[in-house]
Amino acid sequence: MKQFAALLRKDNRPVRYLVVDDSVFARKNLIKMIEQFGGEVAGEAGDGLTAIAEFNRVKPDIVLMDITMPQMEGIEAVERIVRQHSDARIVMVSSVGYQENILAALQKGAKHFVQKPVKPEVLYEILRYVLSDDPNAAGAPVALAGEHRS
Amino acid sequence: MRMELIQPFINAADAVFAESLQAPTKIVDLAMEENAYRRKGIAALIAIKGDIEGRVILDLSPEVAMKVASQLAGEEIEASEQVVKETVCELANMVIGNSVTLLNDQGFHFKVFPPEIHMNEEGLGGSADTEALVICIETPCGEIYLNIAMHYLHRRRNERNAVPALD
Repeated sequence: MKQFAALLRKDNRPVRYLVVDDSVFARKNLIKMIEQFGGEVAGEAGDGLTAIAEFNRVKPDIVLMDITMPQMEGIEAVERIVRQHSDARIVMVSSVGYQENILAALQKGAKHFVQKPVKPEVLYEILRYVLSDDPNAAGAPVALAGEHRS
Repeated sequence: MRMELIQPFINAADAVFAESLQAPTKIVDLAMEENAYRRKGIAALIAIKGDIEGRVILDLSPEVAMKVASQLAGEEIEASEQVVKETVCELANMVIGNSVTLLNDQGFHFKVFPPEIHMNEEGLGGSADTEALVICIETPCGEIYLNIAMHYLHRRRNERNAVPALD
């Protein structure tokens, strides 16, 4: 398994993630990657409405948000979260990656987009980029003891 | 058969299976079918309506679905009907999502409906006016079938404009 230098907050604590996807597999897969990146899963949600409630409850550093979900789709959830929390950092994760979709998500306040199936190295770079703009995040990733950079 | 409409699905399936299962895949069989589709295992049918209309069926045996599930989750998964259904849906969503991205970027607009799972013994409805291409893809987890029936509903705007009007 490829190893990654840990992505940490400025206070050296793990980055806290909210993982939103209606597929249990997709969530498991993302959680595995988050663990590889030294992060911590603060919450999970299977639809946009639950994602909003979970965001308010756990106040994550990053949200990984699917687009096509029951009850409320990801783009609408992004709009509602960003309306209340302008500093929310949301990365869209979807298999539907055409330009209109990406633009709509970015216009509503998402910070980035990654297409499924997610490649860990791609997600890592995107998270690094998104976190670099986060006042709570470390400027550069910090390696955990025993890890090597790939 | 409109291969330009079908090729994106084949390319997307190849890329999605190879990435998700972390191994190369191979098309081992191709066949044209005009009758109702006889599924091989658990099938997810996704309907498409818009500039392009039709449907895609992703079909795999429960045993293959369980191997794929373990691969997707990165750990051994206990077999259950729910896991099998969700695996087939997740694979279908990824294949269709990636195909739609390719077609949408070519200027086609359409709506994709959520996957319908079929597990009964009846054949899946074929489209009366469209023949389907059935592709068998060999993966490290076993064989996965794609059945694609797709046709143009309307010509794209630029193609319509290029055709001289008849008086």
